[in-house]
Amino acid sequence: MITAGIDCGSKNTKVCIVKEGVVLSTASVLSGFDQEESAEQALKSALEKAGIKREEIEHITATGAGMEAIKFSHNTITTITADARGTYSIFPSARTIIDIGAEEGLVIKIDDKGKVKDFGINEKCAAGAGAFIEAMSRALEVDIENMGELSLKSAKQIPINAQCTIFAESEVVSLIHQKTLKEDIIRAVHDAIADRNTSMVRQIGIEKDVALIGGVANNIGFVDSMNRNLGFGLLVPKDGVAPEYVSALGAALVAQDKIGGY
Amino acid sequence: MAKANYGYKDGSGEYFITIDTDLCNSCGKCVEVCPAGVLEMAEDELDPLGDEIIATVSDEHRKKIKYSCAPCKPSGEEKELPCVKVCELGAITHSW
Amino acid sequence: MSNAESNKEYWRWTESRYTNPDLNWKDVDIISAGVDVGSVSTQAVIMVDGKIYCYSSMRTGSDSPDSANNAMDWALDGTGLSLDKIQYIVGTGYGRVNVSFAKRAITEIACHARGANFIYGPEIRTVLDMGGQDCKAIRCDQRGKVTAFLMNDKCAAGTGRGMEVFADLLQVHINDVGKMSLEVEEEPEPVSSTCVVFAKSEAVGLLRKGWPKEKVLAAYCSAMAHRVVTLLLRLGIEEKFAITGGIAKNIGVVKRIEDELKLKAPEPSIDPQLAGAIGAALFAKALVEKERKKS
Repeated sequence: MITAGIDCGSKNTKVCIVKEGVVLSTASVLSGFDQEESAEQALKSALEKAGIKREEIEHITATGAGMEAIKFSHNTITTITADARGTYSIFPSARTIIDIGAEEGLVIKIDDKGKVKDFGINEKCAAGAGAFIEAMSRALEVDIENMGELSLKSAKQIPINAQCTIFAESEVVSLIHQKTLKEDIIRAVHDAIADRNTSMVRQIGIEKDVALIGGVANNIGFVDSMNRNLGFGLLVPKDGVAPEYVSALGAALVAQDKIGGY
Repeated sequence: MAKANYGYKDGSGEYFITIDTDLCNSCGKCVEVCPAGVLEMAEDELDPLGDEIIATVSDEHRKKIKYSCAPCKPSGEEKELPCVKVCELGAITHSW
Repeated sequence: MSNAESNKEYWRWTESRYTNPDLNWKDVDIISAGVDVGSVSTQAVIMVDGKIYCYSSMRTGSDSPDSANNAMDWALDGTGLSLDKIQYIVGTGYGRVNVSFAKRAITEIACHARGANFIYGPEIRTVLDMGGQDCKAIRCDQRGKVTAFLMNDKCAAGTGRGMEVFADLLQVHINDVGKMSLEVEEEPEPVSSTCVVFAKSEAVGLLRKGWPKEKVLAAYCSAMAHRVVTLLLRLGIEEKFAITGGIAKNIGVVKRIEDELKLKAPEPSIDPQLAGAIGAALFAKALVEKERKKS
């Protein structure tokens, strides 16, 4: 039995293809103007990687902000359900899930069976999401992929006072003018967004283990800031499925559950 | 009635702590009970020619009270806030 | 810095200075001054017996103390008046603590109310000040004393900075944004995101969809107007109502606020961007009088 999960994020559209609970392939494309078209492309690419035909997929479940646009999906589920299902399959010990995407942050609490108990959303403000780091990487003229590694070189803690992304941009520019080391500024950027997200986790209540998923989890500097702020280590998906695909994986697994499990 | 609203509105919502500066009697109890150090006693910003010292939200927290006040506002349950509870005159209110 | 910023500077507004030719500082009782160091602009106003004698308005540089000095020097330029002859100087605005020559710092809330009272008259009860990096709603009495306020300086939405981001994105000069936004036949749906970062992506999408610039600007101006109106409603509006700050010059936002409130803001006789500095200069005068009473 083969199923696919499509996560229509605000920035990227991700597909995960699963066979009997095992990931066959993943693929991601930038979410374009036409979300369904982006989903088609991502699916096509994932099918090629898996070496299977479209007809072999029995069920497609869509999730994420743009899921309603995916007319070819068989059903849709919320990001919360998808995150919980995907994370529980990777880390059965996780009781708290933090999902930080390009435009929003989510905190979900699950029980020992993976059932959602509570959740909180940080949305509609770029300051708590990946968009914040992205804007700062542009101001710093550092590739977003290099932000994490660079910040780990920093040994100095400096505050970024602005809460708003737009204002923080100006603050970062003036830090550059003051000849502040780039790695120190980047660490400050990660600390700032980590601070906002950990306070959201504390509001929901921390229950270990805590997993971190979503595209921003690829940033090792941000993970380091989160770990330091929380005082313990977060579980971050490494082998098999990358953090940004956990939601798509969750959708594919829900699709399997739907047509009879495996 | 004179209302000093400290806080902000951003894309995610409205977060304001309102202090009625006429009601505030400068007792300072709210400053003592706030676990996050959000409140402090300072010059009345509404009346710079006067000499009164009253409760305000500290500069440091004005732009992040959604986060600073989060520990007193657990999700999913209504809990009486320490600052609101301690103020016998009812001078402090929260918008969220 | 992006190309648009370095080559054309779409966001840059004009600096100005003025001396009242009918006044002479030599035969007056009190010379007072107010310096408003905002995040984007700095104004210095010098008053003689509570009347505006001269002023300057310029862009705030990267260094607040320098900006205060520069604005003061420019205001004094050609008047023959010098700093030591000013009896009391009050600093206000975001950089108020950095005005080295000021005797006291007073919050911009109090100064704006006082300044609006001076500019628009004692009937003003509600002031909306839209600055470069903040937005303030203030209620005041007939003397310009604050009775309630609300200030949002956390978020760029609803501030001049947000508008600059859009001017830059659309490559339209900041001075033309308001007028251009009114050149639409039908008012479009406002931009749905409050956050400037997300609103910007939304605007890029609208442009890609083929929307002309004026329609995108209309959608942003009306979103901005709606946002500040909700802040005003939280505070409660009492007539008369006035708008001050840089955005008061943006007719596209002002008109939409007036339409939504069904209220008309009076035309200012003096540059409303000066409100904070005027208020500070008036407080400076009052503080001279207060000191005199004590001694």
